[in-house]
Amino acid sequence: MPISLIQPEFKVHIDYDKCHKCGRCVQQCGWSVYSFNERPIPDDSKCRACHRCVTYCPAHCITIRKNDLALRDNANWSPALRQGVWRQAETGGVMLTGMGNDKPYLSIFDHLLLDACQVTNPSIDPLREPMELRTYLGRKPSAVEVTSDGNGGFRLAEGAGVQKNIKLDVPIIFSPMSYGSVSLPVHRSLAMAAERLGILMNTGEGGLHADLYPYADNVIVQVASGRFGVDPEYLNRGAAVEIKVGQGAKPGIGGHLPGEKINREVSETRMIPQGSDAISPAPHHDIYSIEDLRQLIYSIKEATDYKPVGVKIAAVHNVAAIASGIVRAGADYVHLDGFRGGTGAAPQIIRDHIGIPIELAIAAVDQRLRDEGIRNQASIIAAGSIRSSADLAKAIALGADVVAIGSAALMALGCHMCQGCHTGSCSWGLTTQKPELTRRVDPEWGAERLTNLVSAWSHELQEILGALGVNAVESLRGSRERLRSIGLDEQTGRILGVKPAGV
Amino acid sequence: MRYEPLLERMPTTRIPSFTDREGVSRGERPRYAEEAPFKIHGGCGLMGICDESGSLMSGEVPIRAMAVQRDRGNGLGGGFAGYGIYPEFPDHFCFHMMYHDLRAKEDAEALFDRYFQIDLAEPMPTRPVKGIGDAPLLWRYFLNPDPHKLEAAEMTPEDFVVHSVMLINSTVDGAFVASSGKNMGAFKGVGFPEEIGHYYLLEEYEGHTWVGHNRFPTNTPGWWGGAHPFTLLDWSIVHNGEISSYGINSRYLEQFGYKCTLGTDTEVAAYLFDLMLRRHQLPIELACKALASPLWSEIDRMPAEEQAVMRSLRAVYGPGMLNGPFAIVLGFNGGMVALNDRIKLRPLVAARQGSIVMVASEESAIREVLDAPDRVWAPKAGEPVIATVSGNGSPVHSDLHLSADEVSCAVTGMLETCDAVEVS
Amino acid sequence: MTPVTELTKPAAAEVAKPIEGYLQAVPEARVDGGVATIDARGIYYKHLNEVVRRCLADGAKKVVLESVNGQRYIGTGLKGAGTRIEVHGTAGQDMAMFMDGPTVEVFGSAQDGVGNTMNAGRVIVHGDAGDVLGYGMRGGQVFIKGDVGYRVGIHMKAYETRHPVMVCGGKARDFFGEYMAGGVLVLLGMDSRIGGPLVGGYIGTGMHGGVIYLRGEVESWQCGKEVGTFPADEKDLATLRPVLEEYCEAFGIDVDEVLSMPFTKLVPISHRPYGKLYTYV
Repeated sequence: MPISLIQPEFKVHIDYDKCHKCGRCVQQCGWSVYSFNERPIPDDSKCRACHRCVTYCPAHCITIRKNDLALRDNANWSPALRQGVWRQAETGGVMLTGMGNDKPYLSIFDHLLLDACQVTNPSIDPLREPMELRTYLGRKPSAVEVTSDGNGGFRLAEGAGVQKNIKLDVPIIFSPMSYGSVSLPVHRSLAMAAERLGILMNTGEGGLHADLYPYADNVIVQVASGRFGVDPEYLNRGAAVEIKVGQGAKPGIGGHLPGEKINREVSETRMIPQGSDAISPAPHHDIYSIEDLRQLIYSIKEATDYKPVGVKIAAVHNVAAIASGIVRAGADYVHLDGFRGGTGAAPQIIRDHIGIPIELAIAAVDQRLRDEGIRNQASIIAAGSIRSSADLAKAIALGADVVAIGSAALMALGCHMCQGCHTGSCSWGLTTQKPELTRRVDPEWGAERLTNLVSAWSHELQEILGALGVNAVESLRGSRERLRSIGLDEQTGRILGVKPAGV
Repeated sequence: MRYEPLLERMPTTRIPSFTDREGVSRGERPRYAEEAPFKIHGGCGLMGICDESGSLMSGEVPIRAMAVQRDRGNGLGGGFAGYGIYPEFPDHFCFHMMYHDLRAKEDAEALFDRYFQIDLAEPMPTRPVKGIGDAPLLWRYFLNPDPHKLEAAEMTPEDFVVHSVMLINSTVDGAFVASSGKNMGAFKGVGFPEEIGHYYLLEEYEGHTWVGHNRFPTNTPGWWGGAHPFTLLDWSIVHNGEISSYGINSRYLEQFGYKCTLGTDTEVAAYLFDLMLRRHQLPIELACKALASPLWSEIDRMPAEEQAVMRSLRAVYGPGMLNGPFAIVLGFNGGMVALNDRIKLRPLVAARQGSIVMVASEESAIREVLDAPDRVWAPKAGEPVIATVSGNGSPVHSDLHLSADEVSCAVTGMLETCDAVEVS
Repeated sequence: MTPVTELTKPAAAEVAKPIEGYLQAVPEARVDGGVATIDARGIYYKHLNEVVRRCLADGAKKVVLESVNGQRYIGTGLKGAGTRIEVHGTAGQDMAMFMDGPTVEVFGSAQDGVGNTMNAGRVIVHGDAGDVLGYGMRGGQVFIKGDVGYRVGIHMKAYETRHPVMVCGGKARDFFGEYMAGGVLVLLGMDSRIGGPLVGGYIGTGMHGGVIYLRGEVESWQCGKEVGTFPADEKDLATLRPVLEEYCEAFGIDVDEVLSMPFTKLVPISHRPYGKLYTYV
């Protein structure tokens, strides 16, 4: 019985009347969909609808359609669930996938609306008048102590004021994506764009390639449970160090980068043998409790002359208390990753069913830190499906200092969300280490597209601030009074600290 | 509980409905906080004048300054505060009281009798003025804390007074403390400011510093206590504009224990001043720079040392920055401070004539009262105008040890804002 | 007790009826040879402007307002090129708004909103003026002798034969010539009561038409990103001279002294500064 019950998800249609028979599609497809026998012949079962062939076909003769095969309707047993059962019955495997949670959970961002000024206070024109997005990431004192400078002015008292904060020109940074899971040109594009934009990229857990050393001021270096590429030099090669405890797409579990992706350069950067699997343990085995986290934070600070150290966690049920503990453990920022956050590879069941939405996590954490009077002690970075500048503005209004974008950044570089990152065969050259694919991303081109995206969102955020009648992003940050909910239940509204529209 | 000495034999329940002692129903007693279940919007006009030499000016001066700015308000609130107005009682706290009815007065006076030595209690002198109706009973008391009670409470006189204000405002329904500082008083109500000033016979007072306010609320408050200025001990605040950052300003203050229950920008401004000046001991110049911060581009052009101060100030107090249009005057026994928003969305004109410093929303107010100013200018956005009366010092009360929620309770008259007060 | 500080004493009428705001009486106008004179002291703006309009309707060519202090809307909405209004005192908000022809001369300062959406005519102020001066001005001339506030000349525009001109003799604050779309805006820095530079930041931000002349120099951080700065050349000075001659005549100033310093010219770099800002969906 060798026949699979699983039918192709897509149908590849080629209009042979128009086809140049040039073989471009054969060459472009990373999934080996096409063979060539006088003309390209597709194998539908391999297609992931990434549109690489469609985009590059000079004759525009390729169309990808959904495979319209009818299954008997069943509101309970969706086709995807049935397919899962067949797949697991055939293989006995844990279903692995890439990118973020794609299930139709309620999007809270889509049920929040922003305010605008009318009459009693003026809106502000962001194109002509100042509209400030500058943000300082890091721990701040609750008060500023000054002494007289003897000339009628003031100077900071010894050791007072804001120390060791990172200046961001806009409150957007790039999410951690490790070298290994993404290609070097992707890392390079992110670093170049971060430098141009005055923001940060994040190495993820795979170390920092030597080519990126010049970008140190715009890099967060990450320390995860696998400790890949971590040595004293690495720790000092960034503006900040981030301890990765968890990831929104796969809270509570580790990672597994297959040996095929560990080529020579990845091996050098991660400091592991070429071709061997890179396995990240589920927890940090030196963090079994909050006091252990404190110990790790301070060992990193000791090793880096007290650079800012942040902690990234997945948004889980008790996120507020955890974040409070992290701040009290000495973190300079808390990076929250919601349950829609992306991944290079995660068990589907984990990705789709664990964690909580980032909107609720921001609201709960921001409020808890305020209740405890420690909100100034750490910045909040919010991630986990920030899809537009609207999500950005709403996240900030709920209380985030900065948002991190991963999926959107990859999309700027060509990603079509085909969810095949874990295969290592990304046709767009993003989540692969195959040289014939990675060279598809020109870092200069990538940096320009990323810069465009973040600039466009920044302009849109300025428009939103202008409509709100404020000219600095700190006046929106945590200003939930400027949000209203529509179609959210009362309890959710209470947790968000947002009134329903009309009130 | 620090309050126990004060709470002994205090009325502990609110009286829900009201007839005065003659049996005349006066309807429902208003409470200060009822004005603001939501954010209150409004525009306004304002003035402040201070003679730095300490020489006294007639209360007719602020009236005339406000009268020419009449159209900045809509007759739903006007008020003044004067400093140095009670030279006969310079060391007494003066309570300006508003009573909804006689019973409220008796309840409040019972409290005064118990905790204070009263050296003079009298009705506020008023005259009938067309357009001013529905005035509460207005009384004033020159008093000092009873030494025994003060000792038992283990408080400074300032703390004791503020706690008493808190208790009256929150437990004596129908009674409201309009002001409680030394040698100063607030005169406010529902009406145009010149009418209110006329009503209070303000021209018979003389003060070295005056602030005035003309209100244009977009709702229709009927409670005299809701007019401006806002006071706490000798502080008085008048404010023109609408702060677009109210949401985060109030949440920021809540982190320090303040409770923003009135929904007014003035309340937020009062707490921000209290936080920065008294609790964080920032110099007034820097507190103003935190409230109306220079732009980052300006900060980047400053000399290194100043830049370090400003960068820290802004990064730390950013959530407290008042963003949106405003002009504000803080009056106190030592003078006044006037401040404008950082991109000048509300008007403010300043002038100096000899030792007199004056600010107003319009130049006409200055021309109305100063015959030959040495200089009239529009202050730069975010640059405070500071006037100090020689010998009187700063706006900071070093004898005040209130927690944030106590300040909120004293200002708003809402006991529930104060976690520390327990009334059984 | 310290003596009461000397302040201006209210006029007799006010002493009799002290402090109830403006007098609600309609003032008398003294008319003499086509010149109407009105004592505005304490008169509410509504009554004052009503009498001004009546005098003009009755054929007065010139109206002199004495003891003005803060009355709003003087000259607002008035038409007719031959008409002249003289204001003695401090004019109130929105003076000469929508004005279409008359001349208003203030011997004193004016407040905010002077010449708002003005079409034609002339405003001469011998003192200072406030914020948002000449907002959306489409034609006519505004001459201020002293300092001006924030957002001066905001959205001045030219249309067909209309070319507004504004000359300010003192210093200006931020957003000078914001959104400017046409006309000529000049700042001299000669008669000032405020410290700091000639003009604040964000000069000509959003500017997409017209020209700004500054007597002196500005630093690049002061200018909006939409403008370019050039030293004014012979041709510019030839344009500027007749404008300044009229200005100087109004205030009795020597035009050669005004022109004795080099001017900087600011013009928009593009008529469509935001062409690349948008992407169409």
